[in-house]
Amino acid sequence: MTHDPGYNFAYLDESTKRMIRRAILKAVAIPGHQVPFGSREMPLPYGWGTGGIQVTAAVLGPADVLKVIDQGSDDTTNAVSIRAFFRRTAGIATTESTEAATIIQTRHRIPERKLREDQILVYQVPIPEPLGRLEPRIAETRRMHAMADYGLMHVKLYEDIARHGHIATSYSYPVMVNGRYLMSPSPIPAFDNPKMDQMPALQLFGAGREKRIYAVPPYTSVKSLDFDDHPFRPIRAPHVCELCGSGDTYLDEVLTDDVGGRIFVCSDTDFCSERQAMKEAAE
Amino acid sequence: MSTNAPGASGTIFSGASGTTFPGASGTTFPGFADPVLDAQAGFRAVLQAMSRPGQVQRVPLLPELPPGLSAAAAAVLLTLVDAETRIRLAAGPEAEAWVRFHCGAPQVAAGAAQFVLDPAAGLLALDPGTEEEPERGATLILDVTALEEGAGWRLTGPGIRESHRLKVTGAPAGFLADWATNRARTPCGVDVILCAGDAIAALPRSVAIEEG
Amino acid sequence: MYVATKGGERAIGAAHAWLDETGRGDPALPELTADQVQAQLGLAVDRVMAEGSCHDRGLAALAVKQSRGDLIEAAFLLRAYRTTLPRFGASAPLDTNAMAIQRRISATYKDLPGGQVLGPTFDYTHRLLDFRLAAAGQLPSGAPEAEANNEPTPRVTEMLAREGLMQREAESEAEPGDLTREPLSFPADRALRLQALARGDEGFLLSLGYSTQRGYGGNHPFVGEIRMGEVAVGFTPPELGFEIDLGDITVTECQMVNQFKGSRTEPPQFTRGYGLVFGHGERKAMSMALVDRALRASELGEAAEAPAQQQEFVLSHCDNVEATGFVEHLKLPHYVDFQSELENVRTMRASVEAAK
Repeated sequence: MTHDPGYNFAYLDESTKRMIRRAILKAVAIPGHQVPFGSREMPLPYGWGTGGIQVTAAVLGPADVLKVIDQGSDDTTNAVSIRAFFRRTAGIATTESTEAATIIQTRHRIPERKLREDQILVYQVPIPEPLGRLEPRIAETRRMHAMADYGLMHVKLYEDIARHGHIATSYSYPVMVNGRYLMSPSPIPAFDNPKMDQMPALQLFGAGREKRIYAVPPYTSVKSLDFDDHPFRPIRAPHVCELCGSGDTYLDEVLTDDVGGRIFVCSDTDFCSERQAMKEAAE
Repeated sequence: MSTNAPGASGTIFSGASGTTFPGASGTTFPGFADPVLDAQAGFRAVLQAMSRPGQVQRVPLLPELPPGLSAAAAAVLLTLVDAETRIRLAAGPEAEAWVRFHCGAPQVAAGAAQFVLDPAAGLLALDPGTEEEPERGATLILDVTALEEGAGWRLTGPGIRESHRLKVTGAPAGFLADWATNRARTPCGVDVILCAGDAIAALPRSVAIEEG
Repeated sequence: MYVATKGGERAIGAAHAWLDETGRGDPALPELTADQVQAQLGLAVDRVMAEGSCHDRGLAALAVKQSRGDLIEAAFLLRAYRTTLPRFGASAPLDTNAMAIQRRISATYKDLPGGQVLGPTFDYTHRLLDFRLAAAGQLPSGAPEAEANNEPTPRVTEMLAREGLMQREAESEAEPGDLTREPLSFPADRALRLQALARGDEGFLLSLGYSTQRGYGGNHPFVGEIRMGEVAVGFTPPELGFEIDLGDITVTECQMVNQFKGSRTEPPQFTRGYGLVFGHGERKAMSMALVDRALRASELGEAAEAPAQQQEFVLSHCDNVEATGFVEHLKLPHYVDFQSELENVRTMRASVEAAK
């Protein structure tokens, strides 16, 4: 496949790619630290994955196979649109298979299948600052990260426990990376947080509008914040997938009528269809 | 602007493809054969190296090397350095002319540089960044004699499952002692890219090194 | 049995085709040309150039046409195009002192050297719908012409400064920052703040400027001067080594004169709020000047408590391309996170029920 000759390979010009690449390398060298970068205006709107797209564009080469998911699915409209963008501007192969992909760009999920050392997971990040809801001023949160002063977040979680009896954060659940930096895992469900810990694949995070890149190297400690007497609990709907029968994956609730009818299906559509195929083959 | 309020100058864009204005002193030595795809391959090698400290990666080869630079160091420079980066380079006049022509990076003192390739520059004399901006910590490109996995230094830290062995031949005297000091100041610190022939291995500031 | 919906790609293709058809409207009517937009919807074109941060009337007019008159969408189109252009370098600072004036008014003096020039303004029109415009084909009767006034038009603020009554801006040869290349960090210096405001949303700045007038951080502003007209853009190509004239652009500049009570180091004097935008954008230039002055509160030793005085708040939210993207991203699917919130709320309700 060839790319659109009207644009440089993977859309970005080479000096922009170098700038992003330098930021990515520093992000990898300082796990969990948000590195400011000169985010460019992309032909897709801010908030729709411009950070993830810029990271992917800086990393991507002609030998890569790209998978893009949104909400765990390859066929959601924005995932379709981003995949088409890279097919057009980089002429690379795309896939819906987690196993076949070398780079996976994601919004809001981590694939169920365990990722490998030769894969890179690129997260789209709307709000990179884990402390942002507690302290909106960037100048202030930057100081808190410098001092590793995360008392505010512990107080917030503790107030949850006092009010609700447990930590009431179900997504964008903050994590400590390598025991040093508090980091937003992006708005993945807390259910996915444990997959980040000691992951064999490199994890890169791009926030275009907020102009930040951060990273978790492979085999790095990523711990969800909790308390000894109130340990972290991943939340999922307590059901099995209607399609593949899985009882331990993250499920979407689908309404089937307007009188309370509902079923639950895997959010990771690739994982689910693989399991369905295996089930069929066995029958 | 004298009496005007500040801020009224603008950027001039060109609608056609850009022209570069290389420095006055040229070089006859080429850059990457494919400036776009070789730079991408070079970056992936450095990214792999930085993500998996101590693993040896190969960089794309240049058609011809300027004297004074290893294939690895030349590829790393072409991949990461440009007019927007401050560098400190001490690799002889031909290599310096080559970098000026292909990268256009301004030369500064070692302590102010983002990228340093200078055998005389000590690890601890480089910019370690600040607590608020540790990403400003410099990258040291260090030529050594040989890199070999499976023996030598024992590395641990982010990017490494349990531990990793890397044998470095020709590291500067006192490097491990300096490294311990460098690591102790994380998240500030200097990251190192070791180069030997066309091989690279990286030591991000967070990695711990024990003598093997 | 349930089957997951497929066909995102087809749906997107169909939506785009429908968009094109709707944008064209009734095919029995003649198609609007970008030239017509440029000539007859000139203020829309100017606003798109200002917020799109790119001076090109033809491209801005095309963006207005393509966006069906959605000016934020048009600014976005222009920005996305701008970012792909290679850079030659930076122009010399514009000399608005040497502007070929179309409009120049001062509210602080009855008359002044160079005179008051109303120019093409809505100011004193009665806002009555002109039904003659509903029927096409009539040309306006034409404005009376006069000899060009070549008298110099010195700046009001400069005349005050010569008297020691207006604070002079610090001169600097330093390269100003560029927020399109390096992300803003706070506190941002004035040149960067002005860059952000010049690209900022007219409506947002208008409301913030208005809030300063209503007591949220005001400084008794007077319009020292508004001028609109053509200025020359100079550029020194490195291979030539001397400045050449690239052409003229239209800009609107506003200098607000504000009170300043003085400090330990400075005597009481007036201070300046500055606004400059591409094209004829008077409302934006005035709002920008009000907000610029409000953002100087800290450096002038004033309490900085009002929204318009807080630079991180103002600069982080004034960009409408960023703002519209993030507000509108809420329409993307969020069902994964919503699911975890559903389970969370169900669990909490169950524990409340159990405790009863």
